[in-house]
Amino acid sequence: MKGREMVAEVLGDPGQAPAPEREVLVSVQGLKKHFPIVKGLFRRQVGAVKAVDGVTFDIYRGETLGLVGESGSGKSTIGRVLLQLDHATEGAVTFDGQDLTALSGEQVRKLRPRMQMVFQDPHASLNPRMTVASIIGEPLTEHKAAKSSERDRRIEELLSLVGLDPTHANRYPHEFSGGQRQRIGVARAIALNPDLIVCDEPIAALDVSIQAQVVNLLESLQDVLGLTYLFISHDLSMVRHIADRVAVMYLGRLVELASVDALYEDPKHPYTQALHSAVPVPDPVIEATRRRVILEGDIPSPSNPPPGCVFNTRCPIAQQRCIDEVPEWRECAPDHWVACHFADASM
Amino acid sequence: MNRDQPVLEVSDLTTQFDTQDGVVHAVNGVSFTLNPGEFLGVVGESGSGKSVTMMSLLKLIPMPPGEIVAGKAVFQDKDLLALKPDELRQVRGGKIGFIFQDPMTSLNPVLTVGRQITESLKIHTMASAKAADARALELLNVVGIPDAKQRLQAYPHELSGGMRQRVMIAVALACSPQVIIADEPTTALDVTIQAQIIEIIKGLREQLGTAVIWITHDLGVIAGLADRVVVMYGGQIVEEAAVRELYGTPEHPYTQGLLHSLPRLDQKGQELVNIKGQPPSMYAPPTGCSFAPRCPYAFDRCIDDLPVLEEIARGHKVACWWDTNNERPRDGR
Repeated sequence: MKGREMVAEVLGDPGQAPAPEREVLVSVQGLKKHFPIVKGLFRRQVGAVKAVDGVTFDIYRGETLGLVGESGSGKSTIGRVLLQLDHATEGAVTFDGQDLTALSGEQVRKLRPRMQMVFQDPHASLNPRMTVASIIGEPLTEHKAAKSSERDRRIEELLSLVGLDPTHANRYPHEFSGGQRQRIGVARAIALNPDLIVCDEPIAALDVSIQAQVVNLLESLQDVLGLTYLFISHDLSMVRHIADRVAVMYLGRLVELASVDALYEDPKHPYTQALHSAVPVPDPVIEATRRRVILEGDIPSPSNPPPGCVFNTRCPIAQQRCIDEVPEWRECAPDHWVACHFADASM
Repeated sequence: MNRDQPVLEVSDLTTQFDTQDGVVHAVNGVSFTLNPGEFLGVVGESGSGKSVTMMSLLKLIPMPPGEIVAGKAVFQDKDLLALKPDELRQVRGGKIGFIFQDPMTSLNPVLTVGRQITESLKIHTMASAKAADARALELLNVVGIPDAKQRLQAYPHELSGGMRQRVMIAVALACSPQVIIADEPTTALDVTIQAQIIEIIKGLREQLGTAVIWITHDLGVIAGLADRVVVMYGGQIVEEAAVRELYGTPEHPYTQGLLHSLPRLDQKGQELVNIKGQPPSMYAPPTGCSFAPRCPYAFDRCIDDLPVLEEIARGHKVACWWDTNNERPRDGR
């Protein structure tokens, strides 16, 4: 792979990669994030948008966890709460043994170099009045990670790492294309050698031919730097390509979490199955014979989710029990988690 | 109408925009035909000129700064580009329907759904208010909107994205047009909603036999829909073929690259082969092939000489100087 060679060249030989081990880097327990709906002069709270409503999962060191869901399912909110950009309403986020929700702002700030984010829109997430060097150098200065003498050298190294020309360090974001801008965003995220990068739809705003470039870059950086990714996306095909494990969200809850092979070959939850069949495959021969599960209706409002299983309004196999009872988040097979009363029956 | 005669025949369409930074050469000599009842997919990345091509046909681009420099678009024995404004108005929404990408901005927020559908009926078909209302109700049922009768009174903001796009389709269908141009109609929608809309369009096509031009950047969406596909790059058509042929034996290096750079839901462990480089700047008029700087096969001629769209097999056209099958330049040069 060309990207890997390029990265290795810049960093020198990374040596042998450590044997894969299952060390939990991030542990999310019963996480809830409710945004209040306020009304009137006294800003009385009249309800809440339950963006994330009781979510539990782990992210292992060195893996890519894909988080998929439709718009409004709460996947971006999970990413933001994970990095403490939004504060959890309830539940805990443990990062390398420390509960982030219990830490003070200053303590979280000290941990920031270890957890970074790549945003969706490379036009909005880069300050148009800052040069590339100052965008990438800002985290280095802010966290006193490099002396000013080393700073320029580090910026050049980062630019080469993400496949940009180091001589362009003094240009402004508008001089770059969308794909190049996303590379700048990636360079900023890896500047402080983080453990975890939350990638929030990092390719959604890019053209098809550029998406593969950025994904290949993320993969080669992971190999060389040992990064852990939470890869948030609505693109199931791309998640299949990049992720090791995949979590599926619907209306603020996780409905399924499994290894990428298990989730795509043997999805248990009816929503996951429907999502699969809804994604078109770029092959007319296959498309002609594919059977589709077309879901009825729209995703309900997260301010007023249906009782019981949140998917019951659109589920093809819903029964009375699904309205009465919230399905338990259970391990139906080793490392295959699902929240559905009838997950085994639906197959 | 003669079944063999194309319903729309576009030749050498060229559209430019005169901006502060220079002239943007958005569409550079595009020619294609659309047969009656045919589903034509138009694929390209942003800036490839796919939308501007279709908007130019109905003069829906802002003029100025836009200008249709050359070309013809023959629809029902008349050149659309030479029509007077009031003649063109008869065609827009009447004989050619348009579905836009974002239903939130293309529906009028202060008019009820019913009013937006009946508006074009009243203008184009002289239908009475009562007949128009009945037709609107029928159309909402056709596009699968539940409680259609109540929804006629609803405003766009009261509907979800998927419902709004259904209303857009109903508006486009209202006057039973011969051609519907759909510009990325499912791009703003979630996949499960996209699947619903695709299913509706499939059903309608079989029922009504309307010709459809579907513009998209997503090679997946049209794989199961289109009869024929044209691929655009840098304001030109680079390849045109029947759908199975295009996906099965793509000829143009750009089409090949696009298909290889796509991850597949139904396959695992494949490596993504990316197309190096960036899409072309549209400020300079194309001299050589606009894909040449990114093309793995490019040779001298590609830089100097603009490739023309040539038929290499029945119904399969490609604009490329390199014959990727035989690994030699075309025409033996």
